[in-house]
Amino acid sequence: MQTAISQASPPKKSFLYDPRVRGIFYQVLLVCVVAYLFYMAASNAIENLRRAKIASGFGFLENTAGFDISQTLITFSAAGSTYGDAFVVGLLNTLLVSAIGIVFATLLGFTVGIARLSTNWMVAKVAMVYVELLRNIPLLLQLLFWYIAVLGPLPQPRDSYVMGAGFFLNSRGLFMPRPIYASDAWVIGAAFAIGVVGTIVFRRWAKKQQESTGRQYPVGLATIGLVLGLPIAAWLVLALANANPVSFDLPVKGTFNLRGGMQILPEFVALLVGLVTYTAAFIAEVVRAGILAVSKGQTEAAGSLGLKPGQTLRLVVIPQAMRVIIPPLTSQYLNLTKNSSLAVAIGYPDLVQVFMGTVLNQTGQAIEVVTITMGVYLTISLVTSFVMNIYNRRVAIVER
Amino acid sequence: MNTAVDMSRFVRSENIEALPPPNLARGPVAWVRENLFSGPVNTLLTLAVIYLLYILIPPIVDFLFVNAVWTGTDRAACRAETAGHPVGACWAFVIEKINFFTYGSYPAAERWRVNIFFALLALGVGWLLWLKAPRRDLGAIYFFWLFPVLSYILLTGGNVSLGLGFWIKFAVASAVFLAVLAAAAYALKTSMRSAVLIGGGIVAVIGITLALVNVDWGLRPVPSAFWGGILVTLLVATVGIVFSLPFGILLALGRRSKLPILRLASVIFIEFVRGVPLITVLIMANTMLPLFLPADMTVDRLARPLIGVAFFASAYMAEVVRGGLQAMPKGQYEGAMSLGLNYPQMMVFIILPQALRIVIPGIVNTFIGLFKDTSLVSVVGIFDLVKTIEASRIDPNWAAPTISYTGYAFAALFYFIFCFGMSRYSLGVERRLATGQKR
Repeated sequence: MQTAISQASPPKKSFLYDPRVRGIFYQVLLVCVVAYLFYMAASNAIENLRRAKIASGFGFLENTAGFDISQTLITFSAAGSTYGDAFVVGLLNTLLVSAIGIVFATLLGFTVGIARLSTNWMVAKVAMVYVELLRNIPLLLQLLFWYIAVLGPLPQPRDSYVMGAGFFLNSRGLFMPRPIYASDAWVIGAAFAIGVVGTIVFRRWAKKQQESTGRQYPVGLATIGLVLGLPIAAWLVLALANANPVSFDLPVKGTFNLRGGMQILPEFVALLVGLVTYTAAFIAEVVRAGILAVSKGQTEAAGSLGLKPGQTLRLVVIPQAMRVIIPPLTSQYLNLTKNSSLAVAIGYPDLVQVFMGTVLNQTGQAIEVVTITMGVYLTISLVTSFVMNIYNRRVAIVER
Repeated sequence: MNTAVDMSRFVRSENIEALPPPNLARGPVAWVRENLFSGPVNTLLTLAVIYLLYILIPPIVDFLFVNAVWTGTDRAACRAETAGHPVGACWAFVIEKINFFTYGSYPAAERWRVNIFFALLALGVGWLLWLKAPRRDLGAIYFFWLFPVLSYILLTGGNVSLGLGFWIKFAVASAVFLAVLAAAAYALKTSMRSAVLIGGGIVAVIGITLALVNVDWGLRPVPSAFWGGILVTLLVATVGIVFSLPFGILLALGRRSKLPILRLASVIFIEFVRGVPLITVLIMANTMLPLFLPADMTVDRLARPLIGVAFFASAYMAEVVRGGLQAMPKGQYEGAMSLGLNYPQMMVFIILPQALRIVIPGIVNTFIGLFKDTSLVSVVGIFDLVKTIEASRIDPNWAAPTISYTGYAFAALFYFIFCFGMSRYSLGVERRLATGQKR
């Protein structure tokens, strides 16, 4: 082949006409332009930083933070913690609100998405209005609304609503008892873990049994028993054997504020409600599209086998729809995580608010702070899409 | 059966009168029965929804209309104790502040310029979105070149006064550019005429743009610090779409290119921007852009988030356009190549017109997202609609319990009308485009 062509000896042309040469030329040009831009940016940045007397490098992470954060999942104090700790606090808060938000948004989104396809005219229309209304109004506006809607009617701490059992509600949030674990409380955790593992094993076994023999086992009951029953049993045994393994620190009403206990910030609630309702509208559309993608014959076949509508949905339609739903659902999860950065507008201490806000203002080290923050979001995005891709490959149709 | 048995036969000679239709097979009662009360579960659901609506709708209607206050000049009209009746939405507040919500602090005497900007924007958008509009190619030139230049002159006042030195430099640079093109054409032994025409065209467009911006039109300069409200919201959205579409097309072509470095650069840019929240991009543009520029060069405070939004939107637009490029059948590429078209000709004349047409719904949907995201510029201190409302709702002159809700309701209505309208348009186009495929 190669020789045949060279023997034909094509007319000699300028090497400039060779597409490979042109390709190399364009790419070298691109590299040069990009490198020049980077060089200019870097040299300007060095010069500007030197003039503004701003330190560079990541040493600032070791410096004392000197500010307080309203919600911390790890111990954090203005005097004793560093900017690095503040970063971890912000990151954990972002992950917390995203994780809880994803769970609730999925539940609400699937409900609304299925409701939009309901044969009940009224349910379908209400779901449609919900989706159109929530999708077409900016999330920021919704968050601001929820913030004043949540915060507005709440009283000052001194006039807290007393809800009993150590629960208080006021403008600083919902206060509730904080569990204190004794040294032997790990047994309960272990019992819970055993329960979860046992459930998974039992479910697999039950499914295999059903596939081979057709017999069904009470999977739901077993799940409740294992996941809830085992820890409760462990607690009872421990409580009878010696002291109570879990006690509660109740919030106490002071003159101006409540002391002790656990606090859920109104900002957290507003952000969570806003993210969940907004993302659920998008998830609903994803779910609807996925269900519509399952051909009608599947539903009819399931019906002719005698499955009830609920069973049809659960056993026939949703498993097939999931293949269509998973990829856009992943991007909705990522959107929710990225949108949680809007916390900055209502003052929930997430990564952006703590790190890109307070820390950036205090240290002035824009390049480092922005790089770290963006790196975190990029990592979350890439890891999530990687994991979801693996799952997607597992549920994809296997051609035989 | 033995039919041969002798038996009397009966053949009906006239039709028996039809029975009346089942009482509940048609009509509103039947519809309600079928769609709302077809079974115990559905009945329960319907009742639950009716109860939900009963809880939700009356207070909302009360708030928005029944108890709303339409006239008034200060907080007295909108406080229950001074007004003497329960107060819902305080529309008097919106009416009083509507100029601030629309123009920000733009000088009152110059607001006609903003109105012309709105009109020009509406003209451009209508021209491009109306699929049967005449000369949509001219529309594109208008929207992506003439309109931005005119808007810039109108809003800022133009009159940049570049100075003689700049024009001399510009003339030299143009001459060098033309010479390089001519030399390339000579080396490649291609048509000298087309090279000079293309080069001259580029130089002319840039020159005319600069000249227009440079001329003193007699307009009072208005610094961007005075702009605000809906003006800024629409401006951010417009800059986003005007920049993101061409830049997004280039990025999409780069991502589909066979040149590895070009492809890698496009992929890195797109995935990087899509992997981070817009707020971080805006904060980055706000804090890092001044660092990366020479100390004597300052970027306008409004321009920084605009640059951030333009980059951000480009990455998303690139993915939409890539979808269109991938949806093109391979035969289109091969057909174009077999006609002897080179890469730019193939893309401009064959592929892009078709690819862009099928992704119009995607482009509009991306634009809806962009339009909603413009509200985020308020977080970095730009006076867009949300920020003007945030600033007005704490105005002591209008201190009343429902002011915040009223302001947000107004903003929500504004965004909803735009976004919902665009989404309906996108659906309509989708249906129109699908008719060709559905047989």
